[in-house]
Amino acid sequence: MNLGVGSVVKTMSGASCSVSWKSNDNNQFPAGLRVLVVDDDPTCLRILEKMLRNCHYEVTKSNRAEIALSLLRENRNGFDIVISDVHMPDMDGFKLLEHVGLEMDLPVIMMSADDSKDVVMKGVTHGACDYLIKPVRIEALKNIWQHVIRKKKHERKDKDFDQSATAEEGDRQQKPPEDLDYSSSANEGGNWKSSKRRKEEEDETEERDDSSSLKKPRVVWSVELHQQFVQAVNQLGIDKAVPKKILELMNVPGLTRENVASHLQKYRLYLRRLSGVSQHPSGLNNSFMGHPEATYGMSSFNGLELQALAATGQLPAQSLATLQAAALGRSATKGATISMPLVDQRNLFSFENPKLRFPEGQQQLNNSNKQINLLHGIPTTMEPKQLADLHQSSHSPSFVAMNMQGNSRVQQNNALLMHMSQQQQQPSRAQMLNETNNVSQVSRPPLSMSQQPLSSNGIPGAVLSRSGGIVANVRGPVYSPVSQASPMVDFSLNQNTELQNNSFPLVSSNSGMSTMTSKRMLQEEVNSDIKRSRGFPSGYNMFDELHQQKSQDWGLSSVGSTFDASHHSTIPGTLDISPSMLVQQGISSMKRNGQNGISPISDAFSSREESGNVNPMGGNLLTVKAEQLHDASYQSSFFPGQFGQDDLMSALLKQQESVGPVETEFGFDGYALDNLPV
Amino acid sequence: MEVGQLQRSFIEYISSLFNEGFLDAQFSQLQQLQDESNPDFVVEVVSLFFEDSERLLNDLTMALDQPNVDFKQVDAHVHQLKGSSSSVGAQRVKNCCVPFRNVCEEQNTEGCLRCLQQIKQEYLLVKNKLQTLFELEQQIVAAGGAIPMMQ
Repeated sequence: MNLGVGSVVKTMSGASCSVSWKSNDNNQFPAGLRVLVVDDDPTCLRILEKMLRNCHYEVTKSNRAEIALSLLRENRNGFDIVISDVHMPDMDGFKLLEHVGLEMDLPVIMMSADDSKDVVMKGVTHGACDYLIKPVRIEALKNIWQHVIRKKKHERKDKDFDQSATAEEGDRQQKPPEDLDYSSSANEGGNWKSSKRRKEEEDETEERDDSSSLKKPRVVWSVELHQQFVQAVNQLGIDKAVPKKILELMNVPGLTRENVASHLQKYRLYLRRLSGVSQHPSGLNNSFMGHPEATYGMSSFNGLELQALAATGQLPAQSLATLQAAALGRSATKGATISMPLVDQRNLFSFENPKLRFPEGQQQLNNSNKQINLLHGIPTTMEPKQLADLHQSSHSPSFVAMNMQGNSRVQQNNALLMHMSQQQQQPSRAQMLNETNNVSQVSRPPLSMSQQPLSSNGIPGAVLSRSGGIVANVRGPVYSPVSQASPMVDFSLNQNTELQNNSFPLVSSNSGMSTMTSKRMLQEEVNSDIKRSRGFPSGYNMFDELHQQKSQDWGLSSVGSTFDASHHSTIPGTLDISPSMLVQQGISSMKRNGQNGISPISDAFSSREESGNVNPMGGNLLTVKAEQLHDASYQSSFFPGQFGQDDLMSALLKQQESVGPVETEFGFDGYALDNLPV
Repeated sequence: MEVGQLQRSFIEYISSLFNEGFLDAQFSQLQQLQDESNPDFVVEVVSLFFEDSERLLNDLTMALDQPNVDFKQVDAHVHQLKGSSSSVGAQRVKNCCVPFRNVCEEQNTEGCLRCLQQIKQEYLLVKNKLQTLFELEQQIVAAGGAIPMMQ
């Protein structure tokens, strides 16, 4: 269709329009893709418009980001994809990216004449689904439709998973952790109820959707709606702001808890990023706080979580300060960034959104995780995706954050992650992982505090099983991080206490574990979590169940490799750690879990962060690893032959190599492949 | 002049522009984008480029003329110039932008002024060449011929 130069909204009207692209043009697919192009350079704008028209796309162009944003808001379902320049006078392209992601959840492609790694990485961390270097060739534009399809596909997948997970949750009886109300169901008086509710919600959305389209109806987070949301969150208090309560406070008809949950996650990411930004404007960093992107969700962690983090010694003082500042809405360090959220609600979203779009690695994990339902024995509400995320998150905070948020959120996160991961390039993965790491770290403590014992439980359980063959425990914890589903939570809760006790002994038994700093343990936990999620070493008794799963899941070995691959791609640095550290950390994390549930993992992260960079952590990790490797029998189990540890390692190595430049940024270089025990 | 001759001159001329590095493959992309629905696409885009570039070069001149040069601003302008010149295929102009950004980073005013001078020269050169090219095209069309497409 040739809409003509300068025409603005061409289509539509709403739901029908939103799904129109895919369904109407089956024969000419992907013709009719509705693209919004934003670039302040008139030359480029004109050229892009022409190229896109030649691709038979519907093009709307705008030379100002503000105009583009209002176009998008007026016509929520009027566009399929947005292409935006990075450097624009009226608004930074990344801001626009965040807004779009947060409010409209459309795939956004960034472009620039700047091809430096930093900028590309920024695109990744902010959630861009692709990054084009100018001059853009028409060939590059021909395939942009893939991003639209991919996103829709993942949205659907998430939904499906949610539904299946919900069913599982219903089966379990779990002690409802206080913080469960936001997520899946288990708490509220019955898994069944929540499951039903969730299903109903999903059904509703499904109905609204045109069957032919892959697109799910999106909740449009208008400025007003967001204001309501923020009011509700502030009213509840960041640490108590759970989707269910927020939903109740907002009292918006048609809004589902899932919507709120995913939005909350984005919001937290955004807040965290704000605090992170104040510390490290450059972003991409491995330090927890320093990572702007990683700072998302900080606000949600204030108070209790921060203190918990700080208490564990994991959270650097500065980070804590930043977090608190963020939480309080003040700029923690350098200044104004924290205040941003207060000032500009939209920014929050923008932050969150990019964060949410995590690296492909996660995506992969999700995929692989789907197969594995680690918590087989344990009613895992976590969808495989969650597991995957979880694994990923062990490296990245986001992962933790995901866990924390419970099922609904997790699911959404998963979706986001998946989207992001898919969208992101390899380097982005690393970044994402970092971010997630940061996030997860922050989020972990809160989770443990609030509602999501899952993660912590999972790990401790795993640890326990390993050491003492406390299979039961292990199961819980291991999975918990992965599955945010409420069932997990319950499980983890139980586990936590048990684990706690057990974990310590385990630590000592592991010999080197006890001597290890909490940090290391955490790191290990993280790793181990990750490891576990992958495909659990045969060493764990609990894995028996997993084994059963194996066939369906990843086929552990494959999972492992998948995981690694994804890991690698996401976090170059973390990869190094993961293979070895995972095992070790997993155990340590499990031990720690006893305390807070998730905290161990977060601690791992935070401790990692403390070191300031991946490198320092890496050193610790490596050290720990060494200890653990020798000590723990589990270690071997962690790298079970079945996993083909070598495969993992090589996968990791390969990944590392491939993401070489990214690694550098993360500071993982130091230990990269050298330190990985193979 | 008869059409055939004009066309040959055109081909010769445009080939030289490519050979001498004034234009690169991106320009060919623009030519390929031109079709019946947009018969003047190349001219249109190049005109936009001229306008934009002249504005940018003016801004750059002013920015570098300040007692306290705002190098960030200068860099932003150069970055944009790089983007637009690369989009139309003005290769030599684009190539001038890279060292320009380097001296900006170094906050070297002298270096910037030199780069600005150089980029202005390249810009005027390519502008001249393209205008000549378009005139040739017009002559061909006026003589009833078709503009030969380059591979």
